[in-house]
Amino acid sequence: MDRNISRRGFMGAAAGVTAALSAPAVLGAVRPKAVVIGGGAGGATAARYIAKDSKGAVDVTLIEPTRSYYTCFFSNLYIGGFRDFASIGHSYGKLASDFGVNVVHDWAIGVDRDAKSVTLAGGGAMPYDALIVSPGIDFVEDSVAGWDLSAQNKMPHAYKAGSQTQLLKAQIDAMPQGGTYVMVAPPNPYRCPPGPYERVSMVAHVLNENNPTAKIMIFDPKEKFSKMALFQEGWETYYSGMIEWVGGEFGKIEEVRPDAMEVVVDGEVVKADACNVIPAMKAGKIAEMAGLTNEKGWAPIVPASMQSQMDENIYVLGDATQNGDMPKSGFSANSQAKVAAMAVRGALTGSTVFPAKFSNTCWSLIETDDGVKVGASYEATDEKIAKVDGFISQTGEDAALRKQTYEESVGWYAGITSDMFG
Amino acid sequence: MKRLLDPIRAIISGLFLVCMASAAAKAEDIGDPESGAQVWKKCASCHMIGQGARNKLGPHLNEVFGRRAAGLDGFNYSKALRRAGADGVVWSRDKLEVFLENPKSLVSSTRMKFRGLRDKKERADLIAFLREYSSSPRDIPESAPTAAPTDPDVDPEILAIEGDTAYGEYLSSECVTCHQADGDDKGIPSITGWPQADFVTAMHAYKNQARPHPVMRMMAGRLSNEEIASLAAFFGGVK
Repeated sequence: MDRNISRRGFMGAAAGVTAALSAPAVLGAVRPKAVVIGGGAGGATAARYIAKDSKGAVDVTLIEPTRSYYTCFFSNLYIGGFRDFASIGHSYGKLASDFGVNVVHDWAIGVDRDAKSVTLAGGGAMPYDALIVSPGIDFVEDSVAGWDLSAQNKMPHAYKAGSQTQLLKAQIDAMPQGGTYVMVAPPNPYRCPPGPYERVSMVAHVLNENNPTAKIMIFDPKEKFSKMALFQEGWETYYSGMIEWVGGEFGKIEEVRPDAMEVVVDGEVVKADACNVIPAMKAGKIAEMAGLTNEKGWAPIVPASMQSQMDENIYVLGDATQNGDMPKSGFSANSQAKVAAMAVRGALTGSTVFPAKFSNTCWSLIETDDGVKVGASYEATDEKIAKVDGFISQTGEDAALRKQTYEESVGWYAGITSDMFG
Repeated sequence: MKRLLDPIRAIISGLFLVCMASAAAKAEDIGDPESGAQVWKKCASCHMIGQGARNKLGPHLNEVFGRRAAGLDGFNYSKALRRAGADGVVWSRDKLEVFLENPKSLVSSTRMKFRGLRDKKERADLIAFLREYSSSPRDIPESAPTAAPTDPDVDPEILAIEGDTAYGEYLSSECVTCHQADGDDKGIPSITGWPQADFVTAMHAYKNQARPHPVMRMMAGRLSNEEIASLAAFFGGVK
């Protein structure tokens, strides 16, 4: 027993020496601290890249309340039965073991920008030299009359993946034959522009198999939506007569009644058997509490570095930002995280900072083996992150290409999740 | 098959005299089909070639030159090979050369259980042998060494640019959102360990819209020649 302990002690010491030797510049010095709030596509990527590329020269802490992170991207495929729930869950184990990130499972409940310190719900405080805020989204209160978070078990949003996603799927599976699924779609801007419509496709896929006389109604405050022609073509082809989209001038939600499972639209009461309310969105609460958001509820950033316009020591990533042309997506957040990670390393260790490059692609699945995509590349201008070039799948594409696009999305999922979690 | 091609070859070789001259520099690369027939024995347990050849464990290799990867109807190709075909890989001399040296370097998840031919002469001989069974005029030994590569030629000055590996590493972060950093193929092709010239040529083929994939056209489209060279240098060194 004694021997075991001493061997462990020796190995610990040896590992310490190796780490110190590999980072001679900081030998004996206090390492600069980078703290990351939020372990999603933005935060996990940023933490991993700062730790990996600084080779131990920066002390990286990631604050994330959940131990298992469920990706919003591909959560619709779980609803459609194309993925099991475990396959969209990820742990932070490798960030800690392989990259030396200090992963703290706690809620950040405040940021003292003068003292440069993050307050944790558990009572601690986390000092930083650079802070990355990547909190995702929260919902705008009262944006859908009659709905608040206390109603989310009756009318789930399922727009933060996890138990909400499971709940929505269970409610779809429990719909009576010929029942009605209602979606209250969100106004712009919101997380994952094609997300609600991919979800409708996945719900239709499930109902088509188990409940073919069921109906899907979408009430949408928007006149048009992402990949609209592609989705409408697919809905007509695969789910003809099942899906009714009401948008623009019509389909105005006056009220939802979670207890009665009713939706009041244009003066009429619609009964729902499953009701998915996706309210208007704003930056995750901690961004607002840290004073990083504007009157629209989003955090404006400096395009070249992803620094907050409110505080040069803070960087904001992903859905929470108001950045210009980039959509709110996991791909975008991952792309922005790499720019921020480089800027943070440059600020803390003096490493080279190359010009920012951004890109995004969003894949959506319409039906088995029928995938579509939209994407663009972006650059940092003085005013905003500006679109340079883009592409979108075309209507009428052949089945082989659509299948290939779907398979590509599966490859992308494997790619981005290894890029986030190691 | 060979005899059937003879008359065609007689006509073609006349037509392609001009090409022969321009191809002279690479003439020594053309292998010996007789020796290639010996090398072929390593392939013959899975592949057939010549009159009456049919698909076995591997596809038959008649007319393989100029054939799109995974281009035979009725053969159940691996997903990786089908993707290579969809992405514009056509079996040219140069592509076969890369593939035969190390099949997994070109199509990382190919099901072909063959480690590759390390000997350059063996590869050249085998390619010369295979070429005898393809009728496309450009593939005939006396004409240009098979294969104008599928991808358009890249200006030698661009090919000669020395990439900055550190810059390439930074740029690579954009690639690994989809491509696996360790070279694994989980649905998106592997891009590690490529010969740099091949990497640069492929990227320019996207940049010039010669290859069809829209995401890659967009990605390559805004990379400068130096940036492409830097990516080639970085990924080329990832084993």
